[in-house]
Amino acid sequence: MATATKAAAPARSLEVVGGRGSETRSRIMKYVSLAILVLLALMTLYPFLYAIGTSFKSNAEAFASPLSLLPQAPTLEAYQMLNTGLANVPRWTLNSALVALIVTITRVLFDSIAGYALARMHFAGRNIVFVAMLGTMMIPGVVLLIPRFIVLKQFGMLDSYWGLTFPFMVDVFGIFMMKQFFESVPYELEEAAFVDGANRLDMFFRVVLPTAGPALAALAIFSFQGMWNNFMDVLVIVNSPDLYTLPLGLGLLRGSQGVNLPWNFIMAGSVLTTLPMALIFLFFQRYFVEGISYSGIKG
Amino acid sequence: MATRSVVRGLRRQDLTWGYAFLAPALIILTVFLVVPIVMALWVSFREWTGLQPLGESTFVGLANYRAILLDDTVRRTDFARAIRNTLYYVLTVVPLQTILALSLAVIVNQPRLPGRSFFRTAYYFPAISSSVAISLIFLFLYQKGGLINYILTLITLGHWSNPDWLTNSNGTIHNLLGIFGITANSVPALADAQFMGLSLWEWISGPSVAMTSIIMLNIWTTIGTMMLIFLAALQDIPTFVYEAAALDGASAWQMFTKITVPLLRPTTFFVVTIGLIGTFQVFDQIFVMAPGERTTLSLAYMVYRTAFRNASMGEGTAIAFLLFIIIFAFTLLQRRLTSDRATD
Repeated sequence: MATATKAAAPARSLEVVGGRGSETRSRIMKYVSLAILVLLALMTLYPFLYAIGTSFKSNAEAFASPLSLLPQAPTLEAYQMLNTGLANVPRWTLNSALVALIVTITRVLFDSIAGYALARMHFAGRNIVFVAMLGTMMIPGVVLLIPRFIVLKQFGMLDSYWGLTFPFMVDVFGIFMMKQFFESVPYELEEAAFVDGANRLDMFFRVVLPTAGPALAALAIFSFQGMWNNFMDVLVIVNSPDLYTLPLGLGLLRGSQGVNLPWNFIMAGSVLTTLPMALIFLFFQRYFVEGISYSGIKG
Repeated sequence: MATRSVVRGLRRQDLTWGYAFLAPALIILTVFLVVPIVMALWVSFREWTGLQPLGESTFVGLANYRAILLDDTVRRTDFARAIRNTLYYVLTVVPLQTILALSLAVIVNQPRLPGRSFFRTAYYFPAISSSVAISLIFLFLYQKGGLINYILTLITLGHWSNPDWLTNSNGTIHNLLGIFGITANSVPALADAQFMGLSLWEWISGPSVAMTSIIMLNIWTTIGTMMLIFLAALQDIPTFVYEAAALDGASAWQMFTKITVPLLRPTTFFVVTIGLIGTFQVFDQIFVMAPGERTTLSLAYMVYRTAFRNASMGEGTAIAFLLFIIIFAFTLLQRRLTSDRATD
């Protein structure tokens, strides 16, 4: 309710001050901006719709009629090619899902317990740990590309599911997000649990964690998204086609085929890569917005 | 009193539980983040192909850094190109996406705007999908006979040359100068003077047509995220500020420049910072859309190419560290610039 009144208030007072002339002008303004917004929305969504349309065209039709969104002779040709000599999309999808799920589950667990320790526990060295973690956030991902390769090579973890998941099971951004959240949990909850004889472990899992639903959801979504879409790290860690993820498999196709790609097939692959994130986004949209507001700009 | 005894009771167990809770994070961050960075610093002073065991690498001192900064070699010229291309990329994408995202946020934030949540969803959508999928879709759209050229042919009534966007290495500033008849031959001073193996004429090329295509794609992708951040901040500005300004007879434009922009300064700082850090590392789009082109070679792509294609881990890490320093310098510079303006 508070936000509704907040949003509506300035316009009303503007109209009172400006009188009729400015009312007409603000109406024109509204139509102009609406037209701009519609055009931009079209520009944003059309490439995706176009990719879906093209994925149901034959390869010949894909180039023959560039403007048409709907295929004239719809065909599943592209989707039948997904498991051929060219590509093993079912396998890639499975790898992507497996890796993204493992990373998401472990990250949600490890980030939230670390975040809770930093938010609520009192022990020697806590601030040092916190500042050190803050420092690692400044290191850009590309700087870690070779170093991580070296370490994985030393451990013999290159080109394996271990190598694809282990380094990504914790991320500092998630720890800070959870720390931020746990700092807002009322102390009374923990006190009551302590009086009942709970130790920190019980307290966290039985009392504190159940209040963290939205924050955990946001963290899970960002973790899944990050790993599902990851290309650069996977490119360096994986070598054998059996371990390709969707982005890696599709990205490398371009390298091996140049631009003589079967475009309907490439569009089908792109659609499949986007689909799970699109569904998650449509169903859990509010957690995306929530996650962005946790990301530090609000406090 | 109860609270104090609770705190004391908890403190006794917190040292154990604290580190138990932090253990997984500390172990993984140490093994895959801290140790690798130290190791990489060490590798940047060695020659190592990445294929033989690390122990068989040889110490070469500063040779890796010298090869890309000082020695007159192809590698230094490539490094200079990568710096030029990346700088043009960053300095075009960051201002444009920030300004466009802010404008879009202000428009979407208008009261009683129909379809507001639809627009918010639509603009954010590209940000959630895979950069590889998006790059492949645009690779198709940018083709010679692809949708973008087709639409431009329609708009120009057939007067369109159907360029192959992603292989066109002409610099946009060169192209612009070319319209006025200025070429490398007409400015021998620029064509002869060199910096890091690249002539000044080459340095001022502007982003190539191919790079510009990738720039447009990237702005299209990230605008939604930046817009959401601005929207969240806009909703925190108390309405009485605008009401007071309206009573004083301020115009909409005055309110935007005198109230909205100054109050959003911390948000703008945040958006520009993550923009800088993200764009300096551009890789996926280059890899998929225009690999191996001289004018789209980015620093991040050069790190990958040097280390994993040319099997020169030492030089690759050296480039990565230089990139780190460049990013760090730019974020500091930006901080300085914003705080200076704040004290005016």
